[in-house]
Amino acid sequence: MRRFFTEFAENARIAAEQIGAHKMRSLLTALGVIIGVMAVTLMGTAVNGLDKGFSDSLDMLGTDLLYVERWPWGGAGDDWMRYRNRPTFRTDYAHQLNEIILDTPNSALEAAVPCALSFRAIQRGGESVSNVYIVGTTAAYGYVNRADIEFGRFFNDTEYASGRNVIILGYDVAGALFETGRETAIGQDVRIRGLRYEVIGVFRRQGSFLGLQSFDNQAAMPLPALRRFERGNWHTHIRVKMRPDASIHEARSELEGAMRRIRGLLPGQENDFEINQTEMLEDTIGNVKTQIALGGFFITGLALFVGAIGIMNITFVSVRERTREIGTRRALGARRGTILAQFLMEAVGICLIGGAVGLALTVGLKFVFGAAVPAFPFILSPQLIVAAVVVSIATGILSGFVPAFQASRLDPAEALRHE
Amino acid sequence: MSTTGTTARARRPIIEIRDVERVYDLGKIYVRALDGIDLDILENDYVAVMGPSGSGKSTLMNLLGCLDTPTAGHYLFEGEDVAGMDDDELADIRNRRIGFVFQSFNLLPRATVLRNVELPLVYAGMGREERIERARETLGIVGLSDRAHHRPNELSGGQRQRVAIARALVNNPSVILADEPTGNLDSRTGEDIMVIFESLYRAGNTLIVVTHEDDIARHARRVVRLRDGRIESDEPVERPAPAENALR
Ligand SMILES: Nc1ncnc2c1ncn2[C@@H]1O[C@H](COP(=O)(O)OP(=O)(O)O)[C@@H](O)[C@H]1O
Ligand SMILES: [Mg+2]
Repeated sequence: MRRFFTEFAENARIAAEQIGAHKMRSLLTALGVIIGVMAVTLMGTAVNGLDKGFSDSLDMLGTDLLYVERWPWGGAGDDWMRYRNRPTFRTDYAHQLNEIILDTPNSALEAAVPCALSFRAIQRGGESVSNVYIVGTTAAYGYVNRADIEFGRFFNDTEYASGRNVIILGYDVAGALFETGRETAIGQDVRIRGLRYEVIGVFRRQGSFLGLQSFDNQAAMPLPALRRFERGNWHTHIRVKMRPDASIHEARSELEGAMRRIRGLLPGQENDFEINQTEMLEDTIGNVKTQIALGGFFITGLALFVGAIGIMNITFVSVRERTREIGTRRALGARRGTILAQFLMEAVGICLIGGAVGLALTVGLKFVFGAAVPAFPFILSPQLIVAAVVVSIATGILSGFVPAFQASRLDPAEALRHE
Repeated sequence: MSTTGTTARARRPIIEIRDVERVYDLGKIYVRALDGIDLDILENDYVAVMGPSGSGKSTLMNLLGCLDTPTAGHYLFEGEDVAGMDDDELADIRNRRIGFVFQSFNLLPRATVLRNVELPLVYAGMGREERIERARETLGIVGLSDRAHHRPNELSGGQRQRVAIARALVNNPSVILADEPTGNLDSRTGEDIMVIFESLYRAGNTLIVVTHEDDIARHARRVVRLRDGRIESDEPVERPAPAENALR
C-alpha cells in the first residue's frame, strides 16, 4: 500500500515534469480535449439554461392553468381543417364554467376567466408601441394568472361590469410609453385605435425568455372595453385555474365534461374544443434540448476522438524517446504496472490540463454570451464540472493505455540497449 | 564495517549458475551469446569479467542482474531459483538485492542528484523522509554530499558515475553489477571510480565489473575471461593492485 502511494507520487511528479518540459507540445496535443470539454460544457450550459428559462416562463404561464380554446398548442399539422371547422370560441363560456364550478361539490377547478385578444398599437403623445398583446378579461384575471402589480391596481368587478376604459400596462410597454418613469403612467391616458384608456396599473416585471410571451409586453383591460375595438374571437380562450391540491387528470376530465355540457355535445361526439396546458410546451422544448444535446455530443465525440488520437500518438513518441529511461527504471526495480501507470498518468495529465483550459474558456464564453444575451440564463452546474473532469480522465486513460501498455511490456535489457 | 578480503570462513554464495545458455532468436538465425556457463559468485567477491567484444559479457551481466532470463540452465540467486519467478518478483530482486552501474550512467536528466539516488527507494515503497536521509548518507560515501541538488548535466562524467554508484548502493544490495563503468571516462577519472569500488569491496560488498581493460581488471581479486560465450578462464588475480588515490 505504501509502495502504491510512493509510486503514485513519483509518477505524478514524472508526469508533471514531462508535461512541463514539453509545454507547447502538450498544449497542442490537448487541443482536442480542450474543444471536446468546451463542447460538452457549453452544451450542458445551454441545456441547463433552456431548462431554467423554460421552467421560469412556464411558471409565468402558470403550471396550474388549463387553457380551453379552439386550437391545440404546438400546431395543428394535417388536421388543420378539422380545427378550422370547429365553432367559434365565445367568451361567455367562462361565465358558464364558473357557474358549473360553483355547483360542483369538491370541484378540482377554482375559477375560469375569459381572454379575448387583440394585437394593436398603444399610443401616447408621440410614443407608440405596436402589436401589443391586449387581453380583454374579467377582474379575476390577476388572481388566476398570478400577475402582480408594480404600480397602481388591477381593475375591479364594477369597472368590468360597466366596461370602463381602463388599462393595465405590461412593464416594458409602460417603460416605452412613459419615459418619465412607469409610476407616472398612473392616471394618464393612452390611445388604442383612437379610443382613450386610462392607465390604472403597471404589471411587475417578469422577464422574458427566448421571445416567449411575457406579461412585460402585454396589456389588460375589461372585456367590454376591449370589445370597443375588437369584435373577433379568433384568439379567444378561457383560462381555468386548478385547485392547488387537485390532480391534473381530475381537473382535465372535469373541465372536459363541463365544456361538453356547454357545447351541448352528445355522447360519442368528438370534442370540438381543445384543453391545453404548459406541459405540452415542455414536449416541444424537450425536442429542442435533445437536438442541442445530439449536436453537442457529436462535436464532443469528434473532438475527443481526434484529441485521443493525438494523445495516443504523443504518448507513443514519449515512450520511444524515453525507452532507455524505461530500461533504467526497470533495472532499479520499477514493475511493469509502475511503468504502465507512469505513462497513463502522463496522458491523463495532458487531458486534465486540456479539460481545465476547456472549462476556463467555457467560463469566459459564458460571461461573453451572458452579456450578449442577458435574457438567457447560462448555468454552469457543478455536475458539468464533474462531467468535464470525468471526460478528461477517461480520454486520457483510453488514449494512453495502448502506448503505456507497450512501454510496460518492453524488455528491460532491450530497453537499456536502446539508442 | 569489517575489512574481510579473503578469510578462512566459508563465504555464502550469492550467485550460482549452471550450464546457462542464452540464445537470441533473430528469426532466420540463432545467436548463441552464452553457451554453457558455470559460475559461482560468493559474498564479498570482487570479480572482473573480461573478454573481447561480442564474447557475451553484457549478456551475462543482464542474466546476473535479472534483467533477462536464460534460455537453458539454472540460475540461483541467494539460493532462490530465478527461472521460476514472474516479472514482478524479478523487479523486486533487482530493486532490493542488485545494484546496477552502467557505462553511460543512465541518470534521469531532469531529476536532481538526490532524486536520482532516491529512485530505488521509491520503488521499494520507502517513505519520503527516510528516503532522503538514506540517499544523503549514500551520497556521502561517494563524496558528493555537496552536489545533492544539482542536475546531472551540471556534473562531470566522473561525478555522474559516482551518483550512479550511490544509486546502486542505496538499497544495500547483495551484489553490485557494473558493465564497463569506466568506458565513458578518461583513465584518471576511471581510476577514481575504481578507488570507490575498492573501498566498497573492503566494506564487504560483492562486486562484478565488466571491462576489457587490463588496467581496470588488475584492481579486482578474481578475473573471469569469456570467449565466444564460454568461460575461457576463471582465476584469482595473482598480485592485485588495489586502486588508491595517491593524491588524496
Ligand atoms: N539483444 C540482442 N539480440 C541479438 N543478438 C544480441 C543481442 N545482444 C547481444 N547479442 C549478440 O550476442 C553476442 C554477445 O553480445 P554481448 O553480450 O553484447 O557481448 P559483449 O558485451 O561482450 O560485447 C554478440 O554476438 C551480440 O551480437
Ligand atoms: Mg557489452
